[in-house]
Amino acid sequence: MALLSNTAVLLGKELRTEFRSRELLTTTVVFILTIVVLFSFTFDPSVNESRRFGPGLLWLAFLFAASLMLQPCFLREQTNDTLSALRLSVNDPFAIFLAKLAANTLFLLLTQVLLLPVFSILYNVPVLGAFPQLILVMFMGSLGLSVTGTALSAISAQARMRELLLPLLLLPLLTPVLIASTEATASLLVLNPIMPWKWLGFLLGFDVVFLTALWLFGEYLLEE
Amino acid sequence: MKKRILIAAVVVILMSFAAYAALFVAPTESKMGTIQRIFYLHAPSGMVALLSFFVCFVGNLAYVFTRKPKWDWLGVSAAEVGMAFCTVLILTGPIWAHPVWGIWWTWDARLTLTFVLWLLYTSYLLLRTLVEDPDRRALISAIYGIFAFLDVPLVYGSIRWWRTQHPQPVIMGGSGSGLEPTMARVFWFWFLNLVILMIFLIHERYALEAMRGEVQSIEREAEAA
Repeated sequence: MALLSNTAVLLGKELRTEFRSRELLTTTVVFILTIVVLFSFTFDPSVNESRRFGPGLLWLAFLFAASLMLQPCFLREQTNDTLSALRLSVNDPFAIFLAKLAANTLFLLLTQVLLLPVFSILYNVPVLGAFPQLILVMFMGSLGLSVTGTALSAISAQARMRELLLPLLLLPLLTPVLIASTEATASLLVLNPIMPWKWLGFLLGFDVVFLTALWLFGEYLLEE
Repeated sequence: MKKRILIAAVVVILMSFAAYAALFVAPTESKMGTIQRIFYLHAPSGMVALLSFFVCFVGNLAYVFTRKPKWDWLGVSAAEVGMAFCTVLILTGPIWAHPVWGIWWTWDARLTLTFVLWLLYTSYLLLRTLVEDPDRRALISAIYGIFAFLDVPLVYGSIRWWRTQHPQPVIMGGSGSGLEPTMARVFWFWFLNLVILMIFLIHERYALEAMRGEVQSIEREAEAA
């Protein structure tokens, strides 16, 4: 129970920090928007082509955005060495990870919900028919991105060239998330959407595996 | 020193036997012809690469729990050797595929997994070059190594599920039920040889890493004094 209440307090802190400046959210939204626009030059964005390439495009944009958005996650704590303070304030360091990954999931989900209608209009792919299901897929995918991304941002924050390193470490690891989320999204964007239970189950499996790994090994990443 | 040269000589002799067996002992495959002989190097390399990455994973786990530098040395040695075999796998594959399939590369489950595996362990080795402090480097690379290895079955599972829904070029070859007895014997001889080569290489690389670790700790002591 202490873990949950600690996490809730820390999550409040993460959200407060972000919503004071909204720096992370603004830059991420603009970044994804840029990619979505640039992608339209790489293929003929007709309705049929967009249905085929759209989901992959969207998730690739989310993946790149996440690998940038997760940079400051632990870096921010280094400036004033607030990570030591955080570690002292909780008895289970997993709470720090839980709070950060919950915040990251929330930020990612928020940008996705904002950009989904924009994507829908620009590429003529109707999304309203399966909007709640899409949100579920986006949530599971964002959770997968955030669980691994938060862990790896704690790793890359301790190395040189960290801005370049995080995408390098993270993107190959996210291959399963990219495939599963893209396929799940694709099956919801067709004329007769079907609920992609198979891929949702797969995403759940991915999230559980890496959440467990983070729970087991995360605390070592925060050692002095 | 003498012992190591002797072992190296044995490994070289065994590898020459294996090369001879693949080129002259194994019968020529009826459909593919001579090009099929690359299979004796190709397929066991993949198995041995996976074995090396497993050794790396064991080293990583042991390091996190014991914090003994020797496990870190084992981890990096096995990762590098695994990368070498993985590279052989990726290079020999297209040489075989082009005459047989008519294409250099296809995004089939096993090929894609190999490529992702190669990228994951490149990142692992890259990460190690970007952290100065040896203890820190050992710890965070060990945790990344664990994450990377856990990802392997997930990558494979997702690609398999995904590609089975799509039509794909006919895939032939691979070991298993259809292998002629002499071919099977040559295949397993190669596998055994490459496992011996892997152990030898990991052992040599480990000795080098241990020496490096010792030099670093002496340097640190000298700085402190």
